[in-house]
Amino acid sequence: MPKKMTEKVKEIEEVKMEEVLDGTVVYNVPLPSDLKDLDKLAPIIIKFPYHTDYIHSYGQDSPFFAGLTNKRLLGTECPKCKYRYATPKGHCMYCGTKTKWFELPQVGKIHTWTTCYFGSEEFLPECPFNLILVEFEGVDTLFLSRLIGAVEKDIKIGMKVKAKFKRLSKFKPTDVYFVPA
Amino acid sequence: MQKPQRQVYMVSGGVSKFTKARPDITFQPMVKEAYDYALQDLGIPHKKFYELVDGSVASYFSDHFQRQLMSGIMVQDYLGLCPKPSHRVEGGGATGGLCFQEAWKSVASGHMDICVAYGFETMSHVQTWKGNEFIALASDVSFDYPVGGFYSGYYAMMVVRHMYEFGTTVEQMAKVSIKNHKNAFWNPYAQKRIPDLTVEDVRSSPMVAYPLTRLDICVMSDGAAVCILASDEGVKKLQKATRQSFKPVKITGIGRGTDAMRMSDRPHGEVILIPRERPSDYKKLKYPGVHSFRAGRTAGKMAYEMTGIQEPIEELDFIELHDAYTSSEIQTYEDLGLCKYGEGGPLAESGKVEVGGQCPVNPSGGLIACGHPVGATGLMQAVFAHWQLQGTIYKHFGNGKLQIKNAKRGLIHSHAGTGTYVTVTIMERV
Repeated sequence: MPKKMTEKVKEIEEVKMEEVLDGTVVYNVPLPSDLKDLDKLAPIIIKFPYHTDYIHSYGQDSPFFAGLTNKRLLGTECPKCKYRYATPKGHCMYCGTKTKWFELPQVGKIHTWTTCYFGSEEFLPECPFNLILVEFEGVDTLFLSRLIGAVEKDIKIGMKVKAKFKRLSKFKPTDVYFVPA
Repeated sequence: MQKPQRQVYMVSGGVSKFTKARPDITFQPMVKEAYDYALQDLGIPHKKFYELVDGSVASYFSDHFQRQLMSGIMVQDYLGLCPKPSHRVEGGGATGGLCFQEAWKSVASGHMDICVAYGFETMSHVQTWKGNEFIALASDVSFDYPVGGFYSGYYAMMVVRHMYEFGTTVEQMAKVSIKNHKNAFWNPYAQKRIPDLTVEDVRSSPMVAYPLTRLDICVMSDGAAVCILASDEGVKKLQKATRQSFKPVKITGIGRGTDAMRMSDRPHGEVILIPRERPSDYKKLKYPGVHSFRAGRTAGKMAYEMTGIQEPIEELDFIELHDAYTSSEIQTYEDLGLCKYGEGGPLAESGKVEVGGQCPVNPSGGLIACGHPVGATGLMQAVFAHWQLQGTIYKHFGNGKLQIKNAKRGLIHSHAGTGTYVTVTIMERV
């Protein structure tokens, strides 16, 4: 909670205990003796779990992830119009030509950034974390990554950052992250 | 683009009040609430309407929220519209706007004389942060989602760049939140009705993703909305069946635009100009980058050309736009050409966009205060615009505080992703 929270905002935010989904298992509910009263029955709400392991292929973008495990950042370049993509694109968005791989520099500048204090459920345990879009010299598009080693007040657009790689790859785009250069 | 062959009208609409959760009913009766309201307002019972209606279009964003595929057909059968034709449309946050335009196409093309557009979302079936996870799956799951997929984070990065390019301030963003919550106070359909927020309230609300606080961001909702569209022939059929003349609203402009899913892929080129803008206005601006929405500009430009609008802020009486974030309302002012790029922040605090101002924006309270049950949102905007242009806000809201006096022409704007699909529709009083 921030220090300066007004009374009204406290009211709007309704401070309350977090709801969790580990409720009690119930195997029966009573019915009223008169069926006319069923319209007044409160809704029955059950837990409905869903989990899937997808077989996700990176397809034509796979070399990018192979690059990360070898501590190299790979982008793609259009051989025809020379447009350079920091986040790989298999075909050029402008002329439709199949692109070629090239190695990106491992230093860049922050194009924009944020610090997330909340997040999607999967990332809540990691909050707060910084997201940045990195721009590289001579490259036309940007690259989304995490910035480690800096807090909100230190981060500025234009700040120099350098890539670092996880030693134990997870074959995720987070195998690379950036730190202040 | 050519003008359509047939004029299309919106003849009626209904909204099921947007709220945090509707555990009392499932999604089908929720849509029926809006559908029955629209029919009742038209003065026609379902059985009679069924004889005249040619088909429908269904709008909902996510199959994940309910873990139910083909929800659309379950609404179609519940409403008693089987075996008439129908299909579902989906395009993220713009799903409702796309649905409205698909229904328009069905009528404009001559394929149908009367078409129902219905939409809903039931976001309460998962907890808030799980819901954010589902929404974040509407970003590239190979390159964006795994980095920390979170839409508030994406919008925060966009507005940080907007602040850098144009000097937009968090106080200007707070003004949008204050305005929209205040408007919603008079809208009984709205989820959050707070008449007296201050800049300090907005800024001291918990930070979600710098610089966006909770009061800069719309909430998740359950809700539904329905619009009935018709051709001249369709209007005649309905008037004959109801033995009364009602006030239809003309749809005079349709526009749509797109942009790359990944923000990182957006170009840094030249501004797409609308009338009365010159290349010299934007000598140093790289466009759209991540600070502006090329899809919104494209959609607006297309709709303006079809309607013949030269100076939007002077020629539109009100706008209902997709303010999922206070920042995106400011960005959208610019995309829609209410002001030049870079002038959205000052416009937010100018009073021009307030009810009673030159061109009120989100007189209903917008997404920030009404809520955002995704598939219903774009249709809700159409219903509120319809009532504004009919001059029937008093009848539907129980008070006339938000009725724009002598409203002749309004614009609705529906927006997906980080600006991936955007629709703009212009509606006019007959």
